[in-house]
Amino acid sequence: MINFRATLAIYFHELDRFRRTIFGSLVAPVLTTSLYFIVFGSAIGGRMQAVGGVDYGAFIVPGLLMLTMLSESTSNASFGIYMPRFTGSIYEILTAPVGTAETLLGFVGAAATKSLILAAVIMLTALLFVDYHVAHPLLAVGYIILVAASFSLLGFILGIWADGFEKLQIIPMLILMPLTFLGGTFYSIDMLPEPWRSVALFNPIVYLVNGLRWTFYGKADVDIATSFGLTALFLAICIAIIAWIFKTGWRLRS
Amino acid sequence: MSEPILEIAGLTKTYAGGLTALDRVDLTIRRGEIFALLGPNGAGKTTLIGAICGLVRPSGGTIRAFGEDLSRSWRTARQRIGLVPQELGLDMFDTVERQVAYSRGMFGCAPDKARIEEILKSLSLWDKRNEQLRKLSGGMKRRVLIAKALSHDPELLFLDEPTAGVDVELRRDMWKQIGKLREQGVTIILTTHYIEEAEEMADRVGIIDKGRILLVDDKDAMMARLGRTEAIFSLEAPPAAIPTSLAHYPLTLDGNELHYRGGDGAGRGKQEVAAIAQQLTREGIIFTALEQKESSLEEIFVGLVERGEFAGEGAAA
Ligand SMILES: Nc1ncnc2c1ncn2[C@@H]1O[C@H](COP(=O)(O)OP(=O)(O)O)[C@@H](O)[C@H]1O
Ligand SMILES: [Mg+2]
Repeated sequence: MINFRATLAIYFHELDRFRRTIFGSLVAPVLTTSLYFIVFGSAIGGRMQAVGGVDYGAFIVPGLLMLTMLSESTSNASFGIYMPRFTGSIYEILTAPVGTAETLLGFVGAAATKSLILAAVIMLTALLFVDYHVAHPLLAVGYIILVAASFSLLGFILGIWADGFEKLQIIPMLILMPLTFLGGTFYSIDMLPEPWRSVALFNPIVYLVNGLRWTFYGKADVDIATSFGLTALFLAICIAIIAWIFKTGWRLRS
Repeated sequence: MSEPILEIAGLTKTYAGGLTALDRVDLTIRRGEIFALLGPNGAGKTTLIGAICGLVRPSGGTIRAFGEDLSRSWRTARQRIGLVPQELGLDMFDTVERQVAYSRGMFGCAPDKARIEEILKSLSLWDKRNEQLRKLSGGMKRRVLIAKALSHDPELLFLDEPTAGVDVELRRDMWKQIGKLREQGVTIILTTHYIEEAEEMADRVGIIDKGRILLVDDKDAMMARLGRTEAIFSLEAPPAAIPTSLAHYPLTLDGNELHYRGGDGAGRGKQEVAAIAQQLTREGIIFTALEQKESSLEEIFVGLVERGEFAGEGAAA
């Protein structure tokens, strides 16, 4: 017996929180991304060479999309579960007839939905600044959903692990941001000299950025199958960790 | 009527720090009754409720709800259980009506605007239905917690210190609400550290202290045991014996002092002391001083334990 009504309750409650905080959740990231497009796409991009046959302005679109998606998915989901822990309203989730699956689908589904809305708005905004076409639209949407879901799961874990607001920000700020900037958002790792090129291959974000770039332009620094595979593996690991959290009640039940 | 709705056996909880908050608790709750769990702060009341409702992981023992082992049938059992927690844990930015509808959904019930309207009206929250919770007073927030707990029409309702920090008017109101729920057949377990509250509401009272259930009894029998008023009359010239007109009071003569210890959880002790004072005057026994004090719940428990009143009946249901 699955309590789907609970999933819907959580899902719509979370989306309502998104609506309440529309500025922080949507307007701010879109503004930030637009600035990147203006600076790197239009202003500098005009003087940059095309990368692998793709105009520089268009080249950075998937990377910037990934940059926003990773940080927004993570922070949305982490806030979503951290807030009830912080206010104490989590008692209701813990006493309701809901299991891991319903809870996760509700929280992670909502966080992923927000990321998808954000992704759509950013892609439309990008059209204002640069000219780009998506070679494999279905794969692109599928990949974006996969990444949004994976990093929402990561955020969920963070939100359960964190015992203060600053800890919520540590991982996105200190790990995700730098790895994304170094992960080929603004350049192809083929442009790097050795040994930095080999070092870059240890950065998991490289595979995410390039996976998305492949769905856009049909070419990338790494094999698309590797990107999909690694992302799916990451998703599976997150789900396993969360299943363990619910089973043991870690940080949830005393 | 007396069919058990909840059967707890050997329930133990030791927190990670090593503190044993529940120590082999046995307790049976009958369907349809109001049961008051009375105990001082830190006795383990919230832990006990938490263990039943899913907030606390028991270290040992079994809980059966509605005739089934809770560790296996938790999903179906939880649908029939409601909890009003001690703390105000709420999403303060959400509105009243949405929050209650959210709770209903969480417990797997189909949306039902009419039912929610009914609940909100019965708790005088209907006018505030579109208000954000953070704009409500503390008493109103507590009502919202109750509305949320009632949103799925539970058969078994837990109220953890429902009237702590609540003004007199709201307290009376809440007692009335609880009475109404009982009429509808809801079984209610409430915790309190006010003897008065247990007396006002409960059919049966259980006393818990330091994680152990010390005594469970019908309310009236329990109240009679909870003598809590102590008075010392200093007599000018003590009589040889206590006059027969005072024989039915719990009095002892100790030199120049006449000791009274009695009363129930409520005001009977004070009334009796006043009556004794009058009678002493009538008998011509002059007292030069009167010292009176009400014992705290903790002191009463210690007294009861010392007098051995709990011997062998700790688990009586
Ligand atoms: N999460 C926890 N971790 C460790 N100790 C706890 C926890 N919750 C409660 N306690 C301790 O367990 C004892 C019982 O607490 P509680 O059940 O809240 O009592 P009551 O509700 O009767 O006041 C207290 O000594 C309290 O400090
Ligand atoms: Mg308590």
